[in-house]
Amino acid sequence: MSAIILFLTVIALIAGWWLSQQRLTAKPWLEEGPAGDFPGGDAMTWPAAKIGLGVFLAVASALFVLFISAYSMRMNVVDWRALPVPRLLWLNTGVLVLSSVALQWSYMAARRDDADGVMVGLLAGGVAAVIFLAGQLLAWQQLNAAGYFVASNPANSFFYLLTAVHGLHLTGGLVALGRTSAKVWRGAGIADLRLSVELCTIYWHFLLLVWLVLLGLLTGWTDNFVDICRQLLS
Amino acid sequence: MVDIPYEGIAGIPPAEVPDVELYHPRSWWTRYVFSQDAKVIAVQYALTASAIGLVALVLSWLMRLQLGFPGTFSFIDANQYLQFITMHGMIMVIYLLTALFLGGFGNYLIPLMVGARDMVFPYVNMLSYWVYLLAVLVLASTFFVPGGPTGAGWTLYPPQAILSGTPGQDWGIILMMSSLILFIIGFTMGGLNYVVTVLQARTRGMTLMRLPLTVWGIFTATVMALLAFPALFVASVMLLLDRLLGTSFFMPSLVEMGTLSKYGGGSPLLFQHLFWFFGHPEVYIVALPAFGIVSDLISTHARKNIFGYRMMVWAIVAIGALSFIVWAHHMYVSGMFPQFGYFFATTTLIIAIPTAIKVYNWVLTLWRGDIHLRVPMLFALGFIITFVNGGLTGLFLGNVVVDVPLSDTMFVVAHFHMVMGVAPIMVVLGAIYHWYPKVTGRMLNDVLGKFHFWVTFLGAYLIFFPMHYLGLLGVPRRYFELGDAAFIPPSAHSLNAFISIVALTVGFSQMVFLFNLTWSLFKGEAAGGNPWRATTLEWQTPETPPGHGNWGKELPVVYRWAYDYSVPGAAEDFIPQNQPPRATRLVQGAAS
Repeated sequence: MSAIILFLTVIALIAGWWLSQQRLTAKPWLEEGPAGDFPGGDAMTWPAAKIGLGVFLAVASALFVLFISAYSMRMNVVDWRALPVPRLLWLNTGVLVLSSVALQWSYMAARRDDADGVMVGLLAGGVAAVIFLAGQLLAWQQLNAAGYFVASNPANSFFYLLTAVHGLHLTGGLVALGRTSAKVWRGAGIADLRLSVELCTIYWHFLLLVWLVLLGLLTGWTDNFVDICRQLLS
Repeated sequence: MVDIPYEGIAGIPPAEVPDVELYHPRSWWTRYVFSQDAKVIAVQYALTASAIGLVALVLSWLMRLQLGFPGTFSFIDANQYLQFITMHGMIMVIYLLTALFLGGFGNYLIPLMVGARDMVFPYVNMLSYWVYLLAVLVLASTFFVPGGPTGAGWTLYPPQAILSGTPGQDWGIILMMSSLILFIIGFTMGGLNYVVTVLQARTRGMTLMRLPLTVWGIFTATVMALLAFPALFVASVMLLLDRLLGTSFFMPSLVEMGTLSKYGGGSPLLFQHLFWFFGHPEVYIVALPAFGIVSDLISTHARKNIFGYRMMVWAIVAIGALSFIVWAHHMYVSGMFPQFGYFFATTTLIIAIPTAIKVYNWVLTLWRGDIHLRVPMLFALGFIITFVNGGLTGLFLGNVVVDVPLSDTMFVVAHFHMVMGVAPIMVVLGAIYHWYPKVTGRMLNDVLGKFHFWVTFLGAYLIFFPMHYLGLLGVPRRYFELGDAAFIPPSAHSLNAFISIVALTVGFSQMVFLFNLTWSLFKGEAAGGNPWRATTLEWQTPETPPGHGNWGKELPVVYRWAYDYSVPGAAEDFIPQNQPPRATRLVQGAAS
């Protein structure tokens, strides 16, 4: 459970930093009058959707970190047999990186008020994401064909589970991406779109980051990294 | 000292928070059924939670019938008894209390108390309710599937939860896991709303330190729930896969019904870690909204500002943070590394400090207050007493050496029913008496309310006090019948019969409350906008019940904190949060 404790410490630090900006030491019973008299503590000015996405990313991170915690506890049992990671995953990773880059490009186009650029970026990002998902399914098929079934070893079970959860999150993102693209298609004003495109981009980068962490975990790199850290500390 | 005109007021625009474009319902269906209005969603949540809660209440009667009069009721067999226990616990903790506090009170009170027109994502909010309803229906369906609901106990520990021999192994456990997963998805949608509304949609002047403690409690509990429920989600998904696909996340190799099962190597302890990583914060997810609400009830009905508001806020935040590092105090007897236990015992005892601060502050708020013993206040007082009681037995159970002999006895049952059963229910009931006039525009009947309080309060003590004693004797929990054990004297059996009779009485007295709720809806005394003469914004709405969009043309502006009761020199004994300061203000030393 050390991974989730570490994660919660980070969340607590962020929350603590934010709370420290909120004048929690104020004595509200003495502060009668309009808020402007007493700086700090006003409502956030970011758009609600952006804050909402931030909170959602924290929840999704907690979910993935808990899966990772379970993974790291379960892998210490003797029956764990690490499975060979299909080569295809590297290709998939590349495609997901491209997808993220395309969305970043789309976001930058939105900032330049370039509607065509936005559309191209969104479509490229969406297509790349779909290819990534198809690639993941193909990787499942390869593993299955090679006899690495979901229930034959906990390492296999975790592989299928983690990739599935990540894929489902990406699928949810594709729905949002589809709605944003539909807005562009209908010719909505670029100002309306900027926020939607930005949120999609943030979510895509988040999922790329999650995927890289999961990949490190599944390929065993994280173990080596943790070992090196341990050796440095001891 | 000299009077000088205070010029800040006239120049303040009424609302700088950009007003939102509200969704407007066009038909009866979108107004009352698929509504995106937080107030309607709140009522939907509350009604659904209460309905499934009544089912859980009936289950507790059936359990008490068996415990009080073993062998008398042939329609209860051992398997059913386990199923009743499981469903009672799960429904009460998650589908009733969590949903009612956050989905019910959260939805109703957050937008009104922070001065918003609605939640920030009304559509997602509506989805949240419908996913919750689906979760409840899936849960309720387990009563009708072959094999019935799961009987694994509300903690659903593997390996027994999914092995044959445990009732509900076919469908019950699968549907239970599916229902939990749905609940968590639905809750996350709602939770995003509650958090972002508090962060972003507060009206002008509503700084964090001017929020009523109710909002602080619900807000912090929601943040905790958003971070803790994923643990239950992970545990549910993995257990579901163990059951459906035959994976071995949690399942060790074992012999089932004489044959070696397909499982191997899994760690039941891992499930317990995940479950209690959710399970302990869950206690505070239920308790913190109760803490917040009770603070407001006490302050309003004692006509006195809350004592130590800042400490109250800090304590809520501290409890929220600490509650994430105490989970393994539920696992002292699980076989985990024993020295872990001492770490978790220490953190458990530390959490008593902010909790005690809150209790002291409630009592000090009452001290020399102008206490009106109206029904909400009675329930608030009942909560303080019950909570202290349950909290003290928590200190017993938080210590490893005391917990080991007491674990799995009726002492534990008595403890958690006091601290997270009766105490939060006291707040729920008090809050309903308090806010019913705002929701419906009519008062609840006072005589019936007082009757309801006294029967519930005294009854709860008659039920759960003797259980501590039974636990000290060593009477185990979760047992269908006790048999002829030498350490259980005959008096324990008569005590069990007594508890059962009181439990049935208290249960039926809740029907008085249901009658009161229905009758007052039509015949209750008209309440007016602010019957309790309270300061918080929800009592200052232009209409009662509040209309769509809550406020008239303009959002309210907040000039003061939520507890200006009995301010010396003020014309009335309360000053609403949106009342501007006097046009002139005494300024010391202005003459010099």
